[in-house]
Amino acid sequence: MAEVTLHKLNKKFDTTHVVKDVDLQIRDKEFMVFVGPSGCGKTTTLRMIAGLEAITTGEIRIGNTVVNEVPPMDRDIAMVFQNYALYPHMSVASNMAFGLKMRKFEKSEIEQRIKRAAAILGIEQLLHRKPRQLSGGQRQRVALGRAIVRDPAVFLFDEPLSNLDAKLRVQMRVELKKLHERLAVTSVYVTHDQVEAMTLGDRVVVMKDGVVQQVGEPLELYNTPANRFVAGFIGSPAMNFAEVTLAENGGHPVAEAPGLRIALPDALAARARAKVGRKATLGIRPEDIHLAGAADAADHCFEANVEVVEQLGSEILLDTRVGPATVVASVDPMVKVRTHDKLKLALNPARLHLFDAETEAAI
Amino acid sequence: MIEGALWRRWAFSYLPLILFVVVLLFPFYWMIITTFRPDGELYRPWNAPNNMPFWTTKPTLEHIIYLFEETSFARWMFNTMFIAAISTLISLFCGVLAGYALARLNFPWAGSLGTLIFITYLVPQTLLFIPLAEIIRDFRLGDTPWSLILTYPTFLIPFCTWLMMGYFKAIPKELEECARIDGASRWKAMAYIIIPIAVPGILSSGIIAFTLSWNEFIYALVFLSSPDQKTVAVGVTSELIRGDVFFWGSLMAGALLGSVPVAIVYSFFVEHYVSGLTGSVKG
Amino acid sequence: MAVTALGSTEVVRPSVRRRRLEDERWLALVLLMPTAILLGLFIAYPFFEGVMLSLSSARVGDPGEFVWFKNFVKLWHDSIFWTAVWNTFWYTAVTTVFKLGLGLWLALLLNRHFRGKAIVRAFVLLPFIIPTVLSTFAWKWMFDPTFSVINWSLFKLGLISARINWLGDADLAMTSIMIVNIWRGVPFFAISLLAGLQTISPELNEAAAIDGARPWNRFWYVTWPLLLPVTMVVMLFSVIQTFADFQLVYVMTGGGPANATHLFATYAYQIGIVSGLLSEGAAVSLAMFPFLFVIVVAQLLYIRRVEVR
Repeated sequence: MAEVTLHKLNKKFDTTHVVKDVDLQIRDKEFMVFVGPSGCGKTTTLRMIAGLEAITTGEIRIGNTVVNEVPPMDRDIAMVFQNYALYPHMSVASNMAFGLKMRKFEKSEIEQRIKRAAAILGIEQLLHRKPRQLSGGQRQRVALGRAIVRDPAVFLFDEPLSNLDAKLRVQMRVELKKLHERLAVTSVYVTHDQVEAMTLGDRVVVMKDGVVQQVGEPLELYNTPANRFVAGFIGSPAMNFAEVTLAENGGHPVAEAPGLRIALPDALAARARAKVGRKATLGIRPEDIHLAGAADAADHCFEANVEVVEQLGSEILLDTRVGPATVVASVDPMVKVRTHDKLKLALNPARLHLFDAETEAAI
Repeated sequence: MIEGALWRRWAFSYLPLILFVVVLLFPFYWMIITTFRPDGELYRPWNAPNNMPFWTTKPTLEHIIYLFEETSFARWMFNTMFIAAISTLISLFCGVLAGYALARLNFPWAGSLGTLIFITYLVPQTLLFIPLAEIIRDFRLGDTPWSLILTYPTFLIPFCTWLMMGYFKAIPKELEECARIDGASRWKAMAYIIIPIAVPGILSSGIIAFTLSWNEFIYALVFLSSPDQKTVAVGVTSELIRGDVFFWGSLMAGALLGSVPVAIVYSFFVEHYVSGLTGSVKG
Repeated sequence: MAVTALGSTEVVRPSVRRRRLEDERWLALVLLMPTAILLGLFIAYPFFEGVMLSLSSARVGDPGEFVWFKNFVKLWHDSIFWTAVWNTFWYTAVTTVFKLGLGLWLALLLNRHFRGKAIVRAFVLLPFIIPTVLSTFAWKWMFDPTFSVINWSLFKLGLISARINWLGDADLAMTSIMIVNIWRGVPFFAISLLAGLQTISPELNEAAAIDGARPWNRFWYVTWPLLLPVTMVVMLFSVIQTFADFQLVYVMTGGGPANATHLFATYAYQIGIVSGLLSEGAAVSLAMFPFLFVIVVAQLLYIRRVEVR
C-alpha cells in the first residue's frame, strides 16, 4: 500500500509543454481520477507515474521512494490499458501469470493467485482461452485480472472502459467501484468522461492544457467549481453561461445582460460588490432552472423562447433563447411545453456561479 | 462482383488465364522432360520428321546419374544449402533486432537510419562485386563458403529489417508497455512478448531470405573457384558446359534438382512467402 | 520489488548496466550494432574501395597507381561501353512496360473468384522463386539454334518456314533476353498488384457501378488511382533489379554475339574479372551508380507525391 506524490511535475515533448507544474498528493487506498479533454496531459501524467515516459523536471514518489529513475518493472504498479493490451499469443491464464513469472513467484503461488483473481472477476471458465476468443467485456475482465494478481502498490487505469459499448460500460463501472472497495489499493484512473470521474473517484483532478484546474471530491467540484472551465466540464447537460456586467440596483449587486437582470444572492453579493461595473460570467446549471411560479421573486426570473424540446423521460430538457444567449433548462417531465412557446423561467439564486471575465476564476 | 455471361467469362477470364499459366510453367515442364530423355532423342534437329518433342517413350536416368557420378553435384547442393541456411540465420538475427529498434524505439536519427537501410536495400549486388572481391581476398575468405555467408547478409539484412519493421509497427505499443509494467525489462519484453507475436513475420522474412540467397549468382561466381566449393548455380554453369559443348540433359537435370529444395520450402509456406513479398512492397 | 520502505524518502538508482538497457538510446545502439558492422564492412567499405579502385590502374596481381579519371575517359571513347549503356536503358524500359501491362492483366484475372484460385496463384509465382540461372538455362535450351522447341512449334503451326536463330542475331538475342526477363518478372508484378487490388474495398467499385460507370471507367477512375502507390513501389524494385541485371545475359549470350547484348553488369564482369582489368571493371560498375541514383530518387519523389495525394 502506498501513497503517490507528484511534486512540481513537468513534461516537455520537444517544444510542447504538455504537463505543467503538477503538484498532487494521492493518499493511500484512494481512488483518484484524472479527467479532462483530450490533450490535457492526464494520460502523460499517468504514463510518467508508470515510468513509460521520462520526467522532464519534478519528482514522483511512490511510498517514500523517489521513482524518477526506476524503470516500470521495478515500480510495483499494475496498469490497465484502453485496448486491454492482452498478449495475443498467450492464454488468459498465461496472461495473468506473466507478471508473476517475471518476478519469479513459486508456481503454486501463481496458480493460487490466478484462481483467486479469476473467482473475483467471474472468469474461471475462460482461463484456457486465447484473447481473440473473448468478447470485449471478457477481455476487460482479463485485463483487470492481470492487474489484480500482481497485488501491486498502485493500480493505474488508462481509459479502461472507453472501448466498451454504453451498457457494458455502466456495468463495468459499478464493478470497478466494488472491486476497489474490496481490494483497497491506491488507484489512479484517467478518463475523459466526467460521469466516470464523478461516480468512481474518491477525489477528482480536472486538468486542462497541462495544468491542474481543481482537485476535490466529486460533489465539491460540482457545487463549487474553482473556475469556469471546471464548471463547464463537470455536469451533464453542461452549465449555462451568460456574459454579464455587474451593476448595482438600489444598493444591491445585480448581473445584467440583454434581456436579463438577476439579483445576486448574499453569498456572492459581498465579493461582487468590489467588482461593480466590470464584466463577468454568470453560470447556472440546467437543473437549477425551473418554470417560474408564484414563489419566485421577480428578479430571479426571465423570459425565454423554446427552440427545442428534448423528452428524456425522467426530465425534459428545454433549449431556449434568452436575448442573444441560449439557455438549457431541465424541467419537470409532467410539464407540457412545445417548440416556439414563450415561457417565464426562474432560477435558484442559491445555485448561481459567478466567474471573473478575465481570469475565469470563481468570484 | 459483377458477372457476365458464360462465354464472356471464358473469353475474357479463363482462356487468358490458362494461356498465362501455360506460358509461365512451360519452361519447367521442358526442364523435366529434358531431364528424362535419352540423348538420342534430345539431339534431333527441330525440323526432323520424326521429332516428337513434348513426350518421351524411353525415359532414362542417365543424366541424373551422370550428374552425381561425374560432377560434384551433391557437394554443390550441400554448399548451397549450408550457405543459404547460415546466411539466412545471420540476417534474421540482425534484421529482427534492427527492425525492432527502428520500429519501436525512440532515439536520435531513427528516421535517417531507417532511410539508410532502405537505400542499402536498393543497392544491387552488381554495383559492388569487383571491390568486394578484392576485400574478400584481403580478408583471406576467397574460395570459402564464408565469403558468401558474410556477404549475402548485405542484401538480406536490409530486406529482413524492412519487412520486420512493418510487422513490428503493426503490434500495439501497449503490449510492450504492459509487459514492462508487469515486471519485464525492455529486453525481456522484446524477447517474451514482441518477438513471439512477430513469428509469422520472421518466418516470412526467413523463407524469402532463404530463396534469395539460393538464387544469388554473381558473388558465388566471382568469389568461388575450386569445383568443390561451388554452389549449384555456379557449378552447373561452369562444369556442364565445356567450351561450346552443352550437356543439356545433365544441365536440365541439375537445374531441376537445384530448384527442388526452393520449391519444397516455397510449397510449404506459400502464404508466408506471398505475405512477405507483398509486405515488402507495401512497406 | 516492493518500494514500501518506511521512514525518510530514498532515491532509488538502478545499476548502470540496467539503466543503459532500459534507456532506449543505448538499447537501440546495441540492437543495431550487428547490422551496422556487417553493412559497414561489406557495403560502405566496398563502395569506398570501388571508388578508389576505379581511379587507379589496378589489375589482377598489380595494385597499380592513382590515375584520376583515366579509366572513365577511356570508357567515354569505348563504343562497346556505349552499346552496353544503350542496351541497359532499352532493356529496362521495354521489359518494365511489358511486365507492368501483363502483370496487371494477370492480377486482374486472379482477382476474380474461381475454383482452385489458391493453387493457380501458387503456381504462377514459380518463375519468380526458382533460381534465375537455372530457369534461364531452360530458356536457353528452348532457344537453342538447332534443337529449339519454339521453332518446332512455330513451324508446325505454319508460322515460319525457316529456323529463327534466336541467340545468334544481335537484335533477336536482345529480344530473347527480354522475353525471359518478362517471363520471370510478370509473376512478381501480378502477385504484388493482386495484393494491392485486394486492399481496395469492393464497395468502391459497386458505388461507381451504381453511379453509372462502365467497367473501363471503373478501372480508370477508381481502381487504378488507388493501385498507383503499390504499382510505383513494385516498379521501383523491378527497375533497379533489371537495370543491374547480370544473370540473364550471362547465361543466354554472355554479352555476345560480338558484344552486342552487354549490360553494365556483364560488361563490368567481362572487363574486371575475365580480362582482369580490375580498375576498369570497377569503373564500369560505378558508372551505373549515377543513373541508378537518379532513377531511385525520381521514383521515390514520385511515390511520396502519389502517397501524399
